Amino acid sequence: MADFGYTVWILIVPFVTFIVLGLFGMKLKARISGLTGTLGLAIVTVLSYATAFRYFLGAGLADGIYQKIIAFNSTWLTLTDRLHIDMGVLLDPISVMMLVVISTVSFMVHIYSLGYMKGEKGFERYYSFLSLFTFSMMGLVVATNIFQMYIFWELVGISSYLLIGFYYSRPSAVAASKKAFIVTRFADMGFLIGILILSFTTKTFDFVTLTDLNGPAITSTGGAVFLGMSVMTWSMILIFVGGAGKSAMFPLHIWLPDAMEGPTPVSALIHAATMVVAGVYLVARMFPVYYFAAPEALQIIAWVGAFSSLFAAVIATTQTDIKRVLAYSTISQIGYMIFSLGVSGYGGPEGLGFMASNWHLFNHAMFKALLFLGAGSVIHAVHSNYMTEMGGLRKHLPITNITFLIACLTIAGLFPLSGFFSKDEILTAAFHHDKVLFAIEYLVAGLTAFYMFRLYFSIFHGHDRQYDHTPHESPATMTVPLIILAIGSVFSGLLPFNRLVTSDGAPFESHIEWSVAGPSLIIALTGIAIAWVMYRKENTLPDRLASTFKHSYKWAYNKFYIDELYLFITKKIIFRRISQPVAWFDRHIVDGTMNGIAWVTQTVSNRIKGLQSGQLQQYGFVFVTGAVALVLFFIYLIK
Amino acid sequence: MNSGIPLEYYLIVATIMFFIGVYGFLTRRNLITILMSTELILNSVNINFLAFNRFLFPGKLDGHFFGLFVIAVAASEAAVAIAIIINIYRRFTSINVENVNELKY
Repeated sequence: MADFGYTVWILIVPFVTFIVLGLFGMKLKARISGLTGTLGLAIVTVLSYATAFRYFLGAGLADGIYQKIIAFNSTWLTLTDRLHIDMGVLLDPISVMMLVVISTVSFMVHIYSLGYMKGEKGFERYYSFLSLFTFSMMGLVVATNIFQMYIFWELVGISSYLLIGFYYSRPSAVAASKKAFIVTRFADMGFLIGILILSFTTKTFDFVTLTDLNGPAITSTGGAVFLGMSVMTWSMILIFVGGAGKSAMFPLHIWLPDAMEGPTPVSALIHAATMVVAGVYLVARMFPVYYFAAPEALQIIAWVGAFSSLFAAVIATTQTDIKRVLAYSTISQIGYMIFSLGVSGYGGPEGLGFMASNWHLFNHAMFKALLFLGAGSVIHAVHSNYMTEMGGLRKHLPITNITFLIACLTIAGLFPLSGFFSKDEILTAAFHHDKVLFAIEYLVAGLTAFYMFRLYFSIFHGHDRQYDHTPHESPATMTVPLIILAIGSVFSGLLPFNRLVTSDGAPFESHIEWSVAGPSLIIALTGIAIAWVMYRKENTLPDRLASTFKHSYKWAYNKFYIDELYLFITKKIIFRRISQPVAWFDRHIVDGTMNGIAWVTQTVSNRIKGLQSGQLQQYGFVFVTGAVALVLFFIYLIK
Repeated sequence: MNSGIPLEYYLIVATIMFFIGVYGFLTRRNLITILMSTELILNSVNINFLAFNRFLFPGKLDGHFFGLFVIAVAASEAAVAIAIIINIYRRFTSINVENVNELKY
């Protein structure tokens, strides 16, 4: 087996740049620190690509099946002989694929940020956080065991928190970072409980053992039953709760749109391409366990994914902040991936959904990062987030216009762009599994095309507005990543994913099923056509439609009031009914007891501390007086 | 054999001396005066020793020995105390006990 020991440097390099930039960044020139971070990422990218090429082109193959390779492992914390937490590097098709995705997008974002963040206060801090994020995300995907994954999972959470709150002087950014952290942390509690139950049942954390078809996780059927489902199912559902929190699945999606308060390249990297697909990755990583030991959990996953994708797509059609549209689009697309895993089988062509999900993850990372970076370029030029204040920008931003158009066509799923292939495979997998879910996803495909082109036409076409100063194309540091990602979006559909990334590691044959793909193309084109009619030229049709469906429009515009519902539950119910009485008890009873004891001690000691003056003569006086009193007492009172 | 001065007289003188000493020891702030007060206390005890020896055990010398012993102790004690007092004076340019409180805090 080939030696992949060098892959550990993929983790070490960004960590070192994080430390260096974090500690000494203030002393460096902003440009130097930016270049240091980018150089570190370049090394990581080269290593990741080298690993991917070697792994997929033979080194990972044994008997025609891609093996799981432990490239590096060291025991970090021994709990019992069998149960120990390791730190290591696990290479298998999905982790190698994720290495490519993360390094590509992260590298592009690093270059892009050189232009986008130029002159921002805290430039070196920004790059140090980006390095921390890259380190954590890499550690997450190469984790050899679920506990290592959990540790890095929290690390990406904290880097996301730090980067959302990058503009910490803005109250909305601070609120958004807190919201993101608390919501995902809340979900991670489910993840942790799930891990504990899982490790208690199977006595291992190790992914290789867990996903082994003859391993303890899959063979230990039966066991204890709780509320009609086995303990394994419960633990897998809880683990998925963690994944749903990170991946912003309904109803834990509320943090993602607000997370757009962070710098736009961060949104592209963390909140579109990499961190938010961690939930998909988690389910894919544990897929054999889900499929064999917890099919009910997989059913739930399918429905959550499908519902989230529909729900977010509906909201996306009504939003006017371009980053929010993209955020809801991200939720919708991740819903697709999650859903696709949920309807997948295991092994060979049965695992079509698994393959399609990972493929879509890959393509989505490319085109969604491209969309966000393009949006960043637009925002950079116009200094506004609202598409109502934009229009006719295609003349001013030619490169952004073309790359953005490519990304929109890709996400809409037009042949022969990458989105077409993965979406088609997902729909095919759904078609064979469940017709209702299939219908939902069809609808979402049309909605996706509609809202993306609504966005595109509103920004780049339509009425040419008067701007305070003429928008101009972004510098080369920003347009080059756009072009590279556009090329990636176009051609990543040609990668033979059915040979590379499959549920059991063995390649299988798949082909485009035109009976599914044809209608999906038609519905995508219909969506684009509707958007064309409504937004290509400025007219009153959108407003008239909005007023016709006033109530449903208002509901969708206000994101179905989910945020308000959360606020109601937390503020009105949890805070008022539970937290306030507890706080009162704590403040008055618990603290009161402690303060009372302290008060008594202090008062008494204040009273008696005069006795200990340190004056020997005073002590002598007391002593003599006492002695005389005792003598008198014994002589005259006791005969 | 009795010279006519009864034992009580000695004891009264000794008691008065003792309490003068105690009073001086407790009230004075001057180290030399405190030292003098201790000498008074010791001497009042000496008077007691001798008086009791004279009246209760006329044939024996135990009381005398104790008296001499106390005088010796008092002399050495005075030497040591005065040495300390001189050092304190050099350090604080004062022999008032209330100024000598550095170890208190």
